[in-house]
Amino acid sequence: MSLLRLLRRPRCVPMLNFGLGMTYLTLLVLVPVACLVLRAANVSWDECRRVLATPDNWAALRLSLTQALLAACFNTVTGVPLAWVLSRYEFPGRRFLDVWIDLPFALPTAVAGIALCGLYGPHGLAGSWLARLGIQVAYTPLGIWLALVFVGLPFVVRTVQPVMLNLDLSQEEAAACLGASRWYCLRRVVLPELLPAILAGFSMALARGIGEYGSVIFIAGNIPGETEILPLRIVHALEGYDYTGATILAVAMLAVSFALLAVINLLQRHRRA
Amino acid sequence: MALALLALSGCGGEDSSRGRRLLNVSYDPTRELYQEMNAAFVAQCESEGLKGVRVEQSHGGSGKQARAVLDGLEADVVTLALGYDIDMLSFQGRLLPGDWATLLPNHSVPSYSTIVLLVRSGNPRQIRDWDDLVKDGVEVITPNPKTSGGARWNYLAALAWATRKYGSRTAALEYLAKLFRHVPVLDTGARGATNTFVRQRKGDVLIAWESEALLAQRELPDEGFEIVYPSLSIKAEPPVAMVTLGVQANGTRELAEKYLLFLYSDAGQAIAARHFYRPFRPEAAQPQDLQRFRDLPMVSIAAEFGGWMTAHAEHFANGGTFDQIMAARNAATP
Amino acid sequence: MPNRTITRRTAEPAWVRRLLIALAFLHVGLLVALPFASVVCQAFGEGLDAFRRLLASPDTSSAIWLTVSLALVAVPLNALFGLALAWGLTHLRLPGRRLIETLLDLPFSISPVVAGLLFILLFGVNGYLGPFLRAHHLRVIFAYPGLLLATLFVTMPFVARELLPLLEASALSGEEEAARLLGAGWWRIFWRITFPEIRWGLLYGTILCGARAMGEFGAVAVVSGCIRGRTNTLPLHIEALFQDGDLHAASAAASLLAIIGLVSLVCRLASARLHALAAAQRPPTT
Repeated sequence: MSLLRLLRRPRCVPMLNFGLGMTYLTLLVLVPVACLVLRAANVSWDECRRVLATPDNWAALRLSLTQALLAACFNTVTGVPLAWVLSRYEFPGRRFLDVWIDLPFALPTAVAGIALCGLYGPHGLAGSWLARLGIQVAYTPLGIWLALVFVGLPFVVRTVQPVMLNLDLSQEEAAACLGASRWYCLRRVVLPELLPAILAGFSMALARGIGEYGSVIFIAGNIPGETEILPLRIVHALEGYDYTGATILAVAMLAVSFALLAVINLLQRHRRA
Repeated sequence: MALALLALSGCGGEDSSRGRRLLNVSYDPTRELYQEMNAAFVAQCESEGLKGVRVEQSHGGSGKQARAVLDGLEADVVTLALGYDIDMLSFQGRLLPGDWATLLPNHSVPSYSTIVLLVRSGNPRQIRDWDDLVKDGVEVITPNPKTSGGARWNYLAALAWATRKYGSRTAALEYLAKLFRHVPVLDTGARGATNTFVRQRKGDVLIAWESEALLAQRELPDEGFEIVYPSLSIKAEPPVAMVTLGVQANGTRELAEKYLLFLYSDAGQAIAARHFYRPFRPEAAQPQDLQRFRDLPMVSIAAEFGGWMTAHAEHFANGGTFDQIMAARNAATP
Repeated sequence: MPNRTITRRTAEPAWVRRLLIALAFLHVGLLVALPFASVVCQAFGEGLDAFRRLLASPDTSSAIWLTVSLALVAVPLNALFGLALAWGLTHLRLPGRRLIETLLDLPFSISPVVAGLLFILLFGVNGYLGPFLRAHHLRVIFAYPGLLLATLFVTMPFVARELLPLLEASALSGEEEAARLLGAGWWRIFWRITFPEIRWGLLYGTILCGARAMGEFGAVAVVSGCIRGRTNTLPLHIEALFQDGDLHAASAAASLLAIIGLVSLVCRLASARLHALAAAQRPPTT
């Protein structure tokens, strides 16, 4: 009886649900991450310096960051018009096109890597054609970029699309009535509304790109200092029995992703406010 | 959830096939070899009245596999690319005694191989020996010595040849630095490098295990790959060992011992030779299998480099010669 | 009610529209459809032989079974707890909400390699729980529980992320508040008001979660040990087949997975259509 009464209290049921979900999240995400950070906290400063002073680690971090940044930029520039086409225009094959956007989410990353490498390799269908133009894709930073573009494609489209669908057209109508050109209207009325969502999608694609592993290792040359990405450095450290090095690099990556996510969520708060 | 997990892991630990199931954790290019070896072993067990034996395989880069065993992969038998990785299991994890290599014949190496150069049909780049690899425009495919056991044998073979050719270790390392400037892709494992060379058709020459080169020739006869035997190579010895802690936990000591001895038996040696590994006892193998191996001068890891522990510390550890070479390469090509 | 009718004033010129549509097809075609098509072509390179060879191998069937069983456990768990968390989070005004949402997103953007490493550091022999597990003969990594944990970790955010905005809208709409004032219980409100609002989002999140659970590679690779026929999931098995040099069988297995992914995406499409139908049938709320 008392339990029933407790359940009738206004905040009890949400609290219960929240507690349940939070326990799950804590066990699954928070505890493992905390253990990693705890391990890193026990590492001596000298060890830390050894890992961070390795030029190859820096080169890998730089490579991962630049390629992820370039890929995220490309995905934003192409993803926004793509989302626009999908949410604003009616044309045959629209739903068909819509389905393909999510494929990189669903396709195993290793399969994506193998497929891209086969296609853009020196003797692949697209690769041989590009090679004739003097462009080498596989085993160069360009290959890494391509894999990251593939993996990051859904992020921008899927974050921007719902916002576009919910746009209130009266404002555009009004702007047009007042004599604004379509281009001016898109720039000054629509874009500001979309900006937080675009930025959020961009950051998600960026964060995913920095951490991506499966699809990249097949198409990158994996040469230290040149085409070796940061997650691969972690794998190398592990395989060389260097757990300390792996832990430090992992914490560094974790810090980067956490910072990026904090930015995303701040932007979304800005949007809601 | 924790309870559910424990229940699940409990189920995983207990099953009816206890003592009849072996896990052989092996390195990269031995998939085909152990597939046949395991089938033959199971058949022999059945003929002796031992029913229900299963041998499971796991393959990957030698370092990665050793790391998995260190982290708790309950292997009964390890068959890795080089002694160093098994040494690490002993020193870091105390999973097997330090003198593991003396427990089986031929310091625990049932069959060995060597390092050769695989080139494309007609040898268009005219590769004859190690010094041809650093000719202008030649692209060399080899895996990353940091992760691949085979790549370490490649590295040391080239180093042994260059030391003799150029007279000093310093000059030899200069040659290696030049060599790695010709490498466009560093795969993580030997099999990955073979696929890059064979399937993606990348590069002019592949430095590989002899067994891997012969396998590529047989699998793709239309490609007309040719094997170039260099003037000097290394005796590449992948050792085998029983993981003492693993067999204790799994109750498989007898079966694991039987399995390892099977590798040395006539049947095991014949299978190894059929899969392009040079058997420890050639008399047990088919003569036509042995004909495929060419005689060539080979140095040994113990005599030339003072064993794996020394060689690893000098060349492959953090800050070793390989790291120096790659750092110099990056400094040279901005 | 916001205005969502496109008129001539709020549409781009026809040539711009056509150009953009053409570019969209080109972009998706080159980037997504072409690699997919190349995998399928490889798979059928020697007719149906590759599929026959694939399905005849016991290692493959065990990989398929393992992958499916992982998804069957991981998806309901994540859906249930994701729903609970998202619902609780939107119905309470808590100060640390942003932080919790950031935490929830972490598995999205954390490198799969790091995700695997987390569980190695926790459950490995040298991990925090390693000695305990060893003393009790329990296996977590390199066995089913470890694979499950890695899968759960990677697919955790999908359902909750999908539901958060929908639940938020539902909580703010006032309908729930009204029902509560009329004396309806939480359970009743959830089933009668909230659930109809979120069911399509829930379905979509679940579908994506399932597709990702079956396709995960990086994190699972670190904790699997890759024992053929025991801990090799389908994506790992594909990589193994590729490394074995059996390109056709690898492609056949990959297209199997890709087709599962595509089917689930088509389900999503169908669900969206049903959603639209349901919305059309509902009487207008004014």
